[in-house]
Amino acid sequence: MPSLPNLTADLGAVWLTFRLATVTTVLLLLIGTPIAWWLARTRSWWKGPVGAVVALPIVLPPTVIGFYLLLLMGPDGAVGRFTEWAGIGLLPFTFWGLVVASVFYSMPFVVQPIQNAFEAIGERPLEAAATLRAAPLDAFFSVALPLAKPGFLTATILGFAHTVGEFGVVLMIGGNIPDRTRVVSVQIYDHVEALEYAQAHWLAGGMVAFSFLVLLALYTLTGRKAR
Amino acid sequence: MSIAAQFKLAWPGFSLDVDLDLPGRGVTALFGHSGCGKTTLLRCIAGLERGAGRLAINGEIWQDAGVFLPTHRRPLGYVFQDARLFAHLDVGGNLDYARRRAASVNSRGDAAIVELLGLGPLLDRLPERLSGGEQQRVAIARALLSAPRLLLLDEPLAALDHARKQEILPYLERLRDELDIPVIYVSHAADEVARLVDHLVVMDGGRAVAQGPLAETLARIDLPIRLGEDAGAVFAATVAERDAEWHLARVEFDGGELWVRDSGVAVGRRVRVRILARDVSLANSRHDDVSIINLLPATVLAHAAEDHPSAILVQLRVGGTKLLARLTRRSAQRLDLAPGREVWVQIKAVALIG
Repeated sequence: MPSLPNLTADLGAVWLTFRLATVTTVLLLLIGTPIAWWLARTRSWWKGPVGAVVALPIVLPPTVIGFYLLLLMGPDGAVGRFTEWAGIGLLPFTFWGLVVASVFYSMPFVVQPIQNAFEAIGERPLEAAATLRAAPLDAFFSVALPLAKPGFLTATILGFAHTVGEFGVVLMIGGNIPDRTRVVSVQIYDHVEALEYAQAHWLAGGMVAFSFLVLLALYTLTGRKAR
Repeated sequence: MSIAAQFKLAWPGFSLDVDLDLPGRGVTALFGHSGCGKTTLLRCIAGLERGAGRLAINGEIWQDAGVFLPTHRRPLGYVFQDARLFAHLDVGGNLDYARRRAASVNSRGDAAIVELLGLGPLLDRLPERLSGGEQQRVAIARALLSAPRLLLLDEPLAALDHARKQEILPYLERLRDELDIPVIYVSHAADEVARLVDHLVVMDGGRAVAQGPLAETLARIDLPIRLGEDAGAVFAATVAERDAEWHLARVEFDGGELWVRDSGVAVGRRVRVRILARDVSLANSRHDDVSIINLLPATVLAHAAEDHPSAILVQLRVGGTKLLARLTRRSAQRLDLAPGREVWVQIKAVALIG
C-alpha cells in the first residue's frame, strides 16, 4: 500500500480541479447554448468561420492556445489591458485566468453536441409552436431546450471531463501555484518529476477511474435515450 | 365575412402568384397536384413563409405593405401533414401547451373538443406510442384548443393509410358541421375534397386556375388539371324514401331522383352525392332492359379531351345539376354528341358521401 505524504496538496489539487471544471462547464453552457443555437439555424456566411473557430481547440496543440491566450491576457495584450483598466488585474496565473482558458479549450466539446441536437430538432416543432402562439423565446424554452436534453447531457459531461483532463493550457496560463492553479494533471506531473510514483499512481489511477465512469455514464444515458 | 389573400413569391424553379377572395366561413379546399403551390400558399397565410402581398381575415389585416404579423401573433390553428406533436410531452401536455397560449377563451369548451376527437383514453400517452391516425387527431384537437379564428389543414390525411383515413374522416366531417370558423384545407385527393369541402380553389403551377362552389367547380371540364379516374360530379340531395325490401334509398336533387344503397341515413336528411364520370354512360334513347336503375334525361353541354387519346369527357345538364361522363371518342362520334343534344344518362354507381 503506497503511503500518502502529500495528502493535503493532492486533495487541494483535486478540489481546485473540481471547482475549475464546474465553473467552466456552467459558463460554457451559458455561452455555448446561444452559439450552438445560432450555428444550428443561421444561413449566414459567417457560419463556416465561426464554426471553425469554435472547433480549433480540437486540432490545435494546447500549448498553441495557451501561448496566444497568455499574450492576449498579459500586460501588453488587448484583454490584459482591459482587465487592468477594469481594475481586475491580470488574469494569467490566477484561477479566473484558468477559467477563461478552459472555456476556450473546452468550447467545442460543449457547443457541438448542443448544436447537433438543435439541428436534429429542426424547424418543424418550432413552427408548430409558433402556430400555437408561442413567441420565439417561449418556443426556445418550452420546445427546443427540452427536446435537446440529450445533447445538453452529452455537452455537460464532455465539457466537464475535458476540462478535468487539460494540462498544456493550464501549464501555460496558470503555471503551478498550489491551491490556485495547480490542478490534478499538473500535480501528477510534479509527482512524476520528483519520482514520487506512488503519489502519481493515486492521482493518475483516480483520473482513469473517473474518466471511465464519466464515459460509461454518458454512453449508458444517451444510449438508452436513442433506443 | 371573407378572406382576401394576395401573395407573390418566387424561388428558383417555382413561383406563387395568387389573388383569392375566399368565403369567410365553411371549408375551402386548395386543391392540386403536388408542387402546384398549395402548401406554400397555406404557409404564406400562416406567416410561415413570407411572400409579398396582402392578407385580410374577416376584416383583420394580417399582412399588408409594412404590416406582417408573425405566426405566433396570428389567431390561427395549423394542422401539419406530419402532426408535429411535441415528443417530450404526452397527449395531455400537448393539449395544455395550446390551451395555455390560447388567444381567447375557447367558445366550444375544452372538454367538448377532447370528446369530439375521442382523445379521452389517450391523454397519458406519449406521441411515440400513438398510431398515425391518433397523432393526427391529437394535432387537430391541439390546433382547436388554441381557440383559432381560422383553421388551416395541410393534407392531414396524406401520410395515413386507407384504414386510418377512414378513421379520421368522420371526425373531420363533424368538425365541418360544428365549427363556426373558416377552414382552409389543402389536398390533392379528390375523394377527400368531394366529401369535406364547400368551396374549391384549383391550383396549378403556383396559380389559382379556378375557384368557386364545390359542385360547380368540380363539374368544369375546361381546367388544366386532369383528375383521371377521380373526375366526377358532386351535388346536394335529400333522402326522400327508404325501401326496406331492396335496401335502397331514394334521394331527390335539383334535376330528378336517384336510387342509392341505403346507408341508414334518415328520410329528410341532406346528403352529398358523388357520381364519377367513369360510372356514367350515355344513350340516345331510354333503355329499360338494362341492369342500371338510374336513368335520367340530360342535355349535352360541352366536351373536352382526356389524357388518353381514346377518351373524352362530356359535361351534361340534368335539370339544375351538372354531371360528367367519360366515354370513348368512338362512342361519342357514334352517338353524334354535340352541345345541345338530348340524351339519356345511365348511372352505374352513386356514392353518398358526408
